[in-house]
Amino acid sequence: MKRIPKPVFFIVAILILLFSYTAIFGVSYYTGDVKHTVLKGITDIRWGIDIQGGVEATFVPADDVDATDKQLDSAKAIIETRMISSGITDYELYTDSGTDSIIVRFPWKEDEKDFNAQKAIEEISTTAKLTFRPGNSYETTEMGSDGNPVYKTPKDDTAEILMDGSAVDSATSGPSQEEAGQFVVNLELTSEGAKTFAEITEKYNGQIVSIWMDDEMLSAPTIKNVITDGKAVISGNFDAESSATLANQIEGGALPFALKTLSYGEISPTLGENSLIAMAYAGIIAIILIALFMIFMYRLPGLVAVIALLGQVGLSIAAISRYFTVFNSFTMTLPGIAGIILSIGMGVDANIITAERIKEEFKAGKTLDGAIDRGTKNSLSAIIDGNMTVIIVSIILLLVFGSTNILSFIFGASTTGTIYAFGYTLLMGVISNFIMGVFFSRVMLKSVCGIKAVRRKGLFGGGKNNE
Amino acid sequence: MNNRLIRFTNLSKIFFGISLAIMLIGLICNIIFGTQLDIQFSGGSYLSYSYVGNIDKNALDDVIQESTKAKVTTTVSSNILSNTDTQDAYTVKVQFAGTKAITPDEQSNLTKALVKAYPDAKFKVEESKAIESTMGFKFLMKCLAAVAIACVLMVFYVTIRFRRIGGLSAGVMALVALFHDVFVIYFMYVIFQMPIDSNFIAVVLMILGYSLNDTIVIYDRVREERRKMGSKEEIGYVFDYSATKVIKRTICTSITTLVAIGTVLVVSIVFNISSVTSFALPMMIGIISGCYSSICIAGPLWVIWQRYKKKTGKA
Repeated sequence: MKRIPKPVFFIVAILILLFSYTAIFGVSYYTGDVKHTVLKGITDIRWGIDIQGGVEATFVPADDVDATDKQLDSAKAIIETRMISSGITDYELYTDSGTDSIIVRFPWKEDEKDFNAQKAIEEISTTAKLTFRPGNSYETTEMGSDGNPVYKTPKDDTAEILMDGSAVDSATSGPSQEEAGQFVVNLELTSEGAKTFAEITEKYNGQIVSIWMDDEMLSAPTIKNVITDGKAVISGNFDAESSATLANQIEGGALPFALKTLSYGEISPTLGENSLIAMAYAGIIAIILIALFMIFMYRLPGLVAVIALLGQVGLSIAAISRYFTVFNSFTMTLPGIAGIILSIGMGVDANIITAERIKEEFKAGKTLDGAIDRGTKNSLSAIIDGNMTVIIVSIILLLVFGSTNILSFIFGASTTGTIYAFGYTLLMGVISNFIMGVFFSRVMLKSVCGIKAVRRKGLFGGGKNNE
Repeated sequence: MNNRLIRFTNLSKIFFGISLAIMLIGLICNIIFGTQLDIQFSGGSYLSYSYVGNIDKNALDDVIQESTKAKVTTTVSSNILSNTDTQDAYTVKVQFAGTKAITPDEQSNLTKALVKAYPDAKFKVEESKAIESTMGFKFLMKCLAAVAIACVLMVFYVTIRFRRIGGLSAGVMALVALFHDVFVIYFMYVIFQMPIDSNFIAVVLMILGYSLNDTIVIYDRVREERRKMGSKEEIGYVFDYSATKVIKRTICTSITTLVAIGTVLVVSIVFNISSVTSFALPMMIGIISGCYSSICIAGPLWVIWQRYKKKTGKA
């Protein structure tokens, strides 16, 4: 066996423990009352409605419109698309055809700063009717939040609608070709829309045609030439974020009727108020019990397994708390916790399989080094095959229940956040298992067996006698 | 543990008998009791009350559940826009699963119970509505599609990796063991009258992964022993030998997982979080079933298939 130098065990063990500590508790410092988070910990995880609670809003058609069931369904589908595009993947959405109301719920806590629930509700419920109108007359002017005037309510010549959002095939946001630092929304029209647009640009050549979103004028360009290729650009006062929001709204389509918000409030966690604290207690107790069991059953390999296990817990948490900023924000629900439990179970299993194999080799009369060598080698294929099949399952779940999924063409774009959470935590957990429970655990084992003081078969689960 | 061989294959008739008996009992219970679907799947109706003052949610849950026979879920919401003393400060929403509307009797029973338990809270019925299912038929179809794709890929993987020991038969029998576990969990929900909700989906997914891993570990050992013993050795003996070698690992792994989930169960009972209890309990049953089905169902079935193949191959 190629033995690994003795100090490696201590270095790896200390690094793993340090990493897990920062992943679980996070690293932050205070200047006055302001908290600066350097590394995100367990308290920075975005929890689902089931664990933390959230907000609920009820929408009904404005102006006493009596919506048909079909309209209500299409409104629901549009709201669903908008929520996914604004990054809310863990919503609950109900419709009630009796009272024509649409009920939306998503997780949010009161002091959350990265995410504005009220703004999200507003964005979700705007009608988003895009119109092209001749001229640029308007009724009122308001001051926008950025200091620029916002022109509202069409009048006189702009009362006529030349074309609306249904002519748009796709809308994308991008940087302006003409003005650096500005963002625009590029529209790709349908073939029908392109024809209409060509007629409009011919008729109003040299005149102003304004583009409106609901009640607000976005831009009022002067038509300079006839456009026949079905491409139009909305330039206005946009930054990267606002142009992306607008593009998503246009692409998602207009609601069949205007909505008003009937109620808007906070809701309690569906699992009960104390579920998060309870989960934390359960987690700590379970880890202690597993650690005692492993050390009692397998001695030194058990201890190594416990260190690797802590590392795996740390990695799993890091993958959901945005410890590594490359990962997108992610919502943790109860099935997500189930995914972590399963992957940790698999991690413990990997170590048990190896330790049992080492014991077997002792029984077959192998020396300490020989037993560890053969034991780790023989157990590898079982661990890899077991974990690979679970990886296949978790990837399928991610692909099927993600926001744009492989079954979109049958079932439409929708996401089931709870199951997506399960697939995600499971995949991350199993990958962590390969890194910690398989790779580092073996490195530590092969390193620690070189230390004279512990070179006794008894410590590795063999007989009582020394080597 | 000494090296005594456990003859699993000789006991297979007993194992199959036990499993079939469980399936039969479950099926009978299913016919008698029917399946309860949670409001997420079935749709249903809800009543909402407004009240003042802060009430402990768990205690409120108990009062509401005791007043009705139907399975209910409650959510409490506080209105951000008004202060705690006005009538619309808090709302409790009581959801009844099932397609039936709430009868006036049920409504008045519930109202009476709430007023009796909290005389100062000024409970007032705000609305009574019917809602559609969020995770309806479409969701069910999607789950089935996902499971089907995962199963095909999994059998494919096992077939390739375990081609030395008759890959396809190994894959198919692993699948049979998985279905066994799903049915055990499902019947457990039926027998204990727990409504099928999103917890059920989570439990099933977890047990599929867990049981599959158990089966693979055993197959892996069979593959290894088969290589060592050569193809002349009787297949039943190879399996019994491998299973005996692996059983201690299977038991230890199951114990650690059971300990972890058992802790969740105990804590959720202490904290009175019934939805977590209804998640942990079926999961524990599922782990036992997953461990059992790998050794006692998938393995012996695979042996029977291999023996049959050998017999017909020679004949």
